[in-house]
Amino acid sequence: MSDFEPTILVFACNWCSYAGADMAGVSRFQMPPNCRVVRVMCSARVRPEQVISALAQGIDGVLILGCHPGDCHYAEGNYHTRRRALMLERLLDTLGLERERFQVSWVSAAEGAKFAETIRAVVDEIRALGPNTLGRAADAG
Amino acid sequence: MARVRVGVFVCHCGSNIGGVVRVPEVVDYARELPLVRYAEDNLYTCSDAGLGSIKQMIAEHGLNRVVVASCTPRTHEELFRRNCEEAGLNRYLFEFVNLREHCSWIHLHEPDSATSKAKELVRLGVAKASRLAPLEMARAPVRPAALVIGGGVAGLAAAGSLGDQGFEVHLVEREQRLGGIAAGLWKLLPGDLEAAKLVSSLTRRVEDSERITVHLGSTVSSVSGFVGAFDVELATPEGPQTVEVGTVIVATGAKELEPLGLYRLGELDGVVTQLGLEQRFRDAEGLGGDVVVINCAGARGPEREYCGRLCCAVSIKNARHLRELDPSRRVTVLQRDVMAMGTLFEAEYRAAKKAGVRFVRYDPSRPPEILGDGRVNGVRVYHSVIGEERVLDASTVVLTTPLVGQDEAPELSKMLKVPLDGDGFFLEAHVKLRPVEFATDGVFIAGAARFPSNIRESVSQGKAAAAKAAAPMTAGEVAVEATTASTDQRLCSGCSNCERTCPFGAVSVEPDRDGRPVSSVNPVICKGCGACVPACPCGAIQQLGFTDSQIFAMVESLAHDREEAAG
Repeated sequence: MSDFEPTILVFACNWCSYAGADMAGVSRFQMPPNCRVVRVMCSARVRPEQVISALAQGIDGVLILGCHPGDCHYAEGNYHTRRRALMLERLLDTLGLERERFQVSWVSAAEGAKFAETIRAVVDEIRALGPNTLGRAADAG
Repeated sequence: MARVRVGVFVCHCGSNIGGVVRVPEVVDYARELPLVRYAEDNLYTCSDAGLGSIKQMIAEHGLNRVVVASCTPRTHEELFRRNCEEAGLNRYLFEFVNLREHCSWIHLHEPDSATSKAKELVRLGVAKASRLAPLEMARAPVRPAALVIGGGVAGLAAAGSLGDQGFEVHLVEREQRLGGIAAGLWKLLPGDLEAAKLVSSLTRRVEDSERITVHLGSTVSSVSGFVGAFDVELATPEGPQTVEVGTVIVATGAKELEPLGLYRLGELDGVVTQLGLEQRFRDAEGLGGDVVVINCAGARGPEREYCGRLCCAVSIKNARHLRELDPSRRVTVLQRDVMAMGTLFEAEYRAAKKAGVRFVRYDPSRPPEILGDGRVNGVRVYHSVIGEERVLDASTVVLTTPLVGQDEAPELSKMLKVPLDGDGFFLEAHVKLRPVEFATDGVFIAGAARFPSNIRESVSQGKAAAAKAAAPMTAGEVAVEATTASTDQRLCSGCSNCERTCPFGAVSVEPDRDGRPVSSVNPVICKGCGACVPACPCGAIQQLGFTDSQIFAMVESLAHDREEAAG
């Protein structure tokens, strides 16, 4: 189990966080290769079912990144994200999943360093949790 | 629809990707993915050779989906979309995979894991691409009218130019007079041209134009809409007024920093800023005896790191004027460096020295000290070249301070959804390629709102912004991004969640022919955020180009990859 490397799905909004991820790349900030960034135009596009579906299929963690509150390119999309995230967290409890497996953070287009720090922190946390057994249990069943 | 045939083009980006990721291995992997009919690698996919190869392979292999795995869609998506279009493929049948910013550059020392990650990313891209559908861009009309915010020289130049081109212009100025900072200046470089003459010639052109409406003492209170159709609410002395325009130019300028307390400004009589000095020149007010000018006051320090750009030239010009007005007066400019760029300012620097202005370098860690009680009577300065302290006689101290962002800039930035930089100036779309445009379509920038700019630069930028704003207004219409929301009315239950979620009023729920309430999206108003999609309990509303089926396909593909890796 010590060599466990989690797979983490990252939804990043086009305007802030995807650009922040680009900035991390341009700045050559190094980070663990566990994350796969999927671009959406706004973090509010992410359907809670998509998060649940990812975790149910055994993906070890899901991270949603959006613009900072007040800075949404679409005025208020990230407020929807924030509210939906609160609801999702409770749902994770019901499903018996650790809350750390789903996280939301705000990364602006200029915050390449914050993007890298966030990825490192999330990978460390989920690596420490171990594999997501929900997907495995489902497979076995 | 014809069977899906995906082509994958993996870019080495010279050694940017290929130096870390084993690109040929990724291509071999891509070739085996479901529905992929063709895959190749390119040294630079964005080069003529790469673009040509995509076109050729579309034709040769009957490809109807194209995946490019290279850099970031934020800079290259449009190029590849257009290339697909030129090959007869709908521009939305293209999918981008980022192997550079999101892979090779952040895993420089891990070629093995970077290569497996690249394969997975390509796999996700193919999964989405397989489910892409062709989309058509809507066309939106553009009103042949512009709002110019700010009546300084940049705004005047922009408004005048747009008026000359036949567009209706609303010029909004907060103050009761036009001209901005230039209206408060005395004589300008080169040639000591009278500022009043320049301002009146710019102003007359605007005031004489039938197409330009000047709103003095007015501010913008709200902006809604998008390129082609901005509805702007103005607060005018006559009350609120709405203007309808197609484009907006931000020319709100900057203000001179008045650092109260610094060098005893506001405390001692005789300490003024450069604008205060210009005012005294204009009023032909006697300035008494010797003058000490302190440059970089409030600039190039921890609080404000930037160089004010114009300050050295201003101090050189005004120091010479001080000598010319009274040759018996001693004028000393305390400086950290003299930045007199170009032929003009270098010549002015020499002219000032020839006129008897002394330039003395001070050390910012031992700043000059203003002497006096109630009014200035001298300046103590550590002469950093001689290495000695000196006391200079002075009855006036002039602080050369930088221009800083306007107090109202943050509010305007929110209204127009355009960014500010860390110093409170507006930030353009691209520093070199799009210097007078914002990333927001239809909104442009000119003059000192971006950075401290002199009159010549402000006028150039005003005219440049006017030219950029004229483009969509001349065309009369713009193409609107097709990745908007769209309702499948057969699935809609008419709950109105989507309507309530939309911040732009793009979704409305109204009775259909049978009187059943159903949602519909106006694709011209929709900004394509997709926030309404998760709000729909029926899955009736989808964001085109980011549909549930496309995103779920990526999620499944990633989960599947993981199983393969585990197995």
